[in-house]
Amino acid sequence: MAKGVWIVAEQRDGALRKVSFELASTARKLADQLGDDVCAVLCGSGVEGLAAELGKYGVDKVFVADNPALEPYTTDAHSAAVAKIVKENDPAILLLGASVLGKDLSSRLVGKLATGMATDCTDIKIADGKLVAFRPMYAGKCYGEVVFSAAPAMASLRPNVFPIVESAKAAAVVKVDAGLDPAQLKTKIAEIQKEASGKIDVTEANIIVSGGRGMKGPEGYGILEELAAVLGAAVGASRAAVDAGWRLQSDQVGQTGKVVSPNLYIACGISGAIQHLAGMSSSKYIVAINKDQEAPIFAKADYGVVDDLFKVVPALTVECKKLLA
Amino acid sequence: MNIIACVKQVPDTEAQIKVKGDGSGIDEGGIKWVMNPYDEYGVEEALKLKEKLGGEVTIVCLGPARAMETIRTALAMGAEKGIHICDPALDNADAYTTAAALAAAIKGIPYDIIFCGQRAIDDDSGQVGSVLADLLGVPQFTIVMKVDIDGQKIKAVKPIEGAQLVIDGPLPCVVTATKGLNEPRYASLPGIMKAKKKPVDVKDAAALGVSTDVKAKVAKFVPPPARPPGKIICADDTPEGKAAELAKLLREEAKVI
Repeated sequence: MAKGVWIVAEQRDGALRKVSFELASTARKLADQLGDDVCAVLCGSGVEGLAAELGKYGVDKVFVADNPALEPYTTDAHSAAVAKIVKENDPAILLLGASVLGKDLSSRLVGKLATGMATDCTDIKIADGKLVAFRPMYAGKCYGEVVFSAAPAMASLRPNVFPIVESAKAAAVVKVDAGLDPAQLKTKIAEIQKEASGKIDVTEANIIVSGGRGMKGPEGYGILEELAAVLGAAVGASRAAVDAGWRLQSDQVGQTGKVVSPNLYIACGISGAIQHLAGMSSSKYIVAINKDQEAPIFAKADYGVVDDLFKVVPALTVECKKLLA
Repeated sequence: MNIIACVKQVPDTEAQIKVKGDGSGIDEGGIKWVMNPYDEYGVEEALKLKEKLGGEVTIVCLGPARAMETIRTALAMGAEKGIHICDPALDNADAYTTAAALAAAIKGIPYDIIFCGQRAIDDDSGQVGSVLADLLGVPQFTIVMKVDIDGQKIKAVKPIEGAQLVIDGPLPCVVTATKGLNEPRYASLPGIMKAKKKPVDVKDAAALGVSTDVKAKVAKFVPPPARPPGKIICADDTPEGKAAELAKLLREEAKVI
């Protein structure tokens, strides 16, 4: 019978990504309720040294597939390796991060393992010994409670939502053969084009400063960039701003962009179209700065400022600089 | 070039979503149904490739009777024919069951490339394209914003956090489209007239020989957690005063900066 709570750890450029610790901490909590172990799969090349770090967050055993074909990530290689290890060990629960690559890998695994998965979960729990996943649907306009009737029950967890808890286990490390058949590796990464260094993706940011139509043009974002620099924040944008060509597609927050859950979302000159609200209303704190006091964004905001954002934002930058000095 | 584009009918992005009283689903009253926006990018890319390289575009859609409108929209945009998988037993199909039905419908049709949207904006699951690729045994290129086809080779550009991957691989394959791939065209009036006469095959699960069982199901739909009412910051009524008050609240009350 399927047993154990498993995670697929995500690493990039020789370091574990934060979501891996969120996965490990969450798996530990579930496994303690079930009286089971937490196991992790770690794939890459020269990554064995990272395995022990997962123990700090509650992992009992790490299966390391170390193979040059596993670096950089490709769907073919990683899904084949993870599916092989998972099938050999038959876990009850398998958790991955709902990061860009985690989504790519997890969805392919649904096919390989012929199972069901809840994507981008914001909460999971054990009820009657089984996994129940809680996830936003319609970009957060409603939520669904998902139950499973196949093993492993899979869930991908939204980054930045689940707490990281240290529990100091000494993880056993097991090296495994990824069992890769070169004939099955059909794709390869030709190039990795890095974006300007230091830029934080909106899905990974703790704080997002976001601008909409009220920014009046691409040059208006200068004041948001300055505030973001002081706060260590990412700069987001509404669909209106992206469609106008003011900001990059990758910065768009909303139902046809990215769905985000930062600790703080500062919406500047965003009226709050329903498709935008859907993408950010699970943020822990929401600030709205808009001169139209009737704007729907104020109904979602914890703190609202009705005023000219071109005066408020620079003043806020000055105040934050003082506080954080 | 034989191209397949998978489409789903979903509520418009402006739709208010209300959960039924018993939590069994959403209230569909008053909803305007549209083609999933990410699928539209897939259909557009399929049409562009056909116009450049020749061949035909087949639309495959799983959905209730009303989804025929979405198939007709894709045909009006320029696709040649459609397959409508229509079976009430598939109304609550999960990703695996959906992909298995799509795979069964596609089996027997020659194809070089299959486009899907990177996710449907109703269930936001984002799995079907990958599961379909796995069931068909072909490579996947997910959440793609640029595609180049050269003979039987594909180069796809995929944004990830802080970088873009350029991925090479062979056809046939599955590509899941995201915003930025193209600007979908509108159906023209002659296109809409022609679409009415284009062939659409309607099939149920039995005809496809697929299971309607699901492996993951939404046991209960619930409205989003309510947010407590916020406060409007007045301070001394100057922008500077409001900014100072806001910074203080974020630091001392919310403790987020």
